[in-house]
Amino acid sequence: MTSLVLAEHDNAALKDATHKTVTAAAQISTPVHVLVAGENCAGVAEAAAKITGVEKVLLADAPAYARQLAEPMETLILSLADKYDAVLAPATTTGKNILPRVAAKLDTPQVSEIVRVLSPDTFERPIYAGNAIETVQAPAGKTIVTVRTTAFVAAAEGGQAVIEKVAAPADSGLSKFAGETLSKSERPELTSARIVISGGRGLGSRENFKLLDSIADKLHAAVGASRAAVDAGFVPNDYQVGQTGKAVAPDLYIAVGISGAIQHLAGMKDSRKIVAINKDGEAPIFQVADYGLVGDLFKILPELDEELAKRGYK
Amino acid sequence: MKVLVPVKRVIDYNVKVRVKADQSGVDLANVKMSMNPFDEIAVEEAMRLKEKGKATEVIAVSIGPGQASETIRTALAMGADRGILVKTDQTVEPLAVAKILKAIVDIEQPALVITGKQAIDDDSNQVGQMLAALLGWPQGTFAHSLELGDSSAKITREIDGGLQTVEVKLPAVMTTDLRLNEPRYASLPNIMKAKKKPIDEKSAADLGVDITPRFKVLKVSEPPKRGGGVKLASVGELLDRLKTDGVLP
Repeated sequence: MTSLVLAEHDNAALKDATHKTVTAAAQISTPVHVLVAGENCAGVAEAAAKITGVEKVLLADAPAYARQLAEPMETLILSLADKYDAVLAPATTTGKNILPRVAAKLDTPQVSEIVRVLSPDTFERPIYAGNAIETVQAPAGKTIVTVRTTAFVAAAEGGQAVIEKVAAPADSGLSKFAGETLSKSERPELTSARIVISGGRGLGSRENFKLLDSIADKLHAAVGASRAAVDAGFVPNDYQVGQTGKAVAPDLYIAVGISGAIQHLAGMKDSRKIVAINKDGEAPIFQVADYGLVGDLFKILPELDEELAKRGYK
Repeated sequence: MKVLVPVKRVIDYNVKVRVKADQSGVDLANVKMSMNPFDEIAVEEAMRLKEKGKATEVIAVSIGPGQASETIRTALAMGADRGILVKTDQTVEPLAVAKILKAIVDIEQPALVITGKQAIDDDSNQVGQMLAALLGWPQGTFAHSLELGDSSAKITREIDGGLQTVEVKLPAVMTTDLRLNEPRYASLPNIMKAKKKPIDEKSAADLGVDITPRFKVLKVSEPPKRGGGVKLASVGELLDRLKTDGVLP
């Protein structure tokens, strides 16, 4: 009984989503193995070997995996799948892209975005944009799941797993990487930041969105956005928090000028504390916020920035 | 080239979803149903390909009860040429949907399948990827833009870190994200015209696909509620509270 976790990484660093997926995997089937597939990613494998509870790290280091495209990744995982009872990936855009291919080829249904493991074959997952929670039992045989990482604590580090190189099966050549535009930011990543400040349509423009920056800098916070703000072109798509964007669960989530559409709430309501700043005191966001400030955000934001400065945040 | 667009009939995205008291599912009685919004984006993209002269025929497919033909009519009113309804009153899980679509692709031989990245009811985000795998085709999921060539397509995808472009050989499967386009409204003359377009009806059995559910849904429940909090008078008070709560450094 062993489970295989697909590591989330960028060839240089192992992402926290992996540690969280390992936690879910350990509740389904142990021991846990981690697959690190990439190019020149031996450092990532070493990092994965330190995750507590991981028995073995499989390292597939080849140019075909440099971007973890779905087609070569499918072939690779299928070449390993025989030995595993459970195959898991974090529900990141990488995991969501790859794992259903593997499931289909194994003729096994996939359970997407689990938030709780009730027993090794029974899971809870949000449906209808988080308006309902489905409890679902997977059939006997292999278990294939993607994991909503905000719902699981990260496995600690302190282990010492063995690293085993695995051979790369031939690539089909069906797809190739043709470029990327990654958002550059000095700030922490949205999905792992301890504090997130998000803006909505209420900010009104791309220019105004920058009002969040100074506060984010003082709090070492990540900056997110509602779908409305992304659709309006204030910020790029990778800022989007919500059911169809990213799910976040920081210690502190500050929603500025966000009314609180259910699809946004689905992506942030597991945050420990939620603050809402909005001029409409009746906005649905206040139904989930621990603390609310009702008023003009263009007055409140500078006040907040100033108050933070006064208290020594910089 | 032919483009196949799978579309799903789902609860309208503006409807407040209610969980049934007996936890057997979500209340769908007398609830407005519509085309899955991501699938509308897929139909729109297919129509733009047709208007550019790249697609010769756009076929809308839906799997579901008799009323799913209304969803196909919506696609036809947006401009799709014909429809295929795979009629069933059963729940069809994503893997079974992918198998049905594969059978249709085998018959229709499209060069491109465009569908939504996920349906807003079960939020599975699986069908496009599963279909591509079953066909042995490449995929461009979560599409943000598409540049279609004769034998390949460049698909820019919305990924967690930003945007990524992949070049895939045709035939291929593409799944749509929100920013790919803004779907058109069907005009009245086009709605009238759509009524005359053909919809072919099939069953899963006709296509040789077993759609028996593999999952057991044990219950569907309300999400845990978060109590509303307090409204504060000043930013100073807010920072005091956050500090006490231990969420501010």
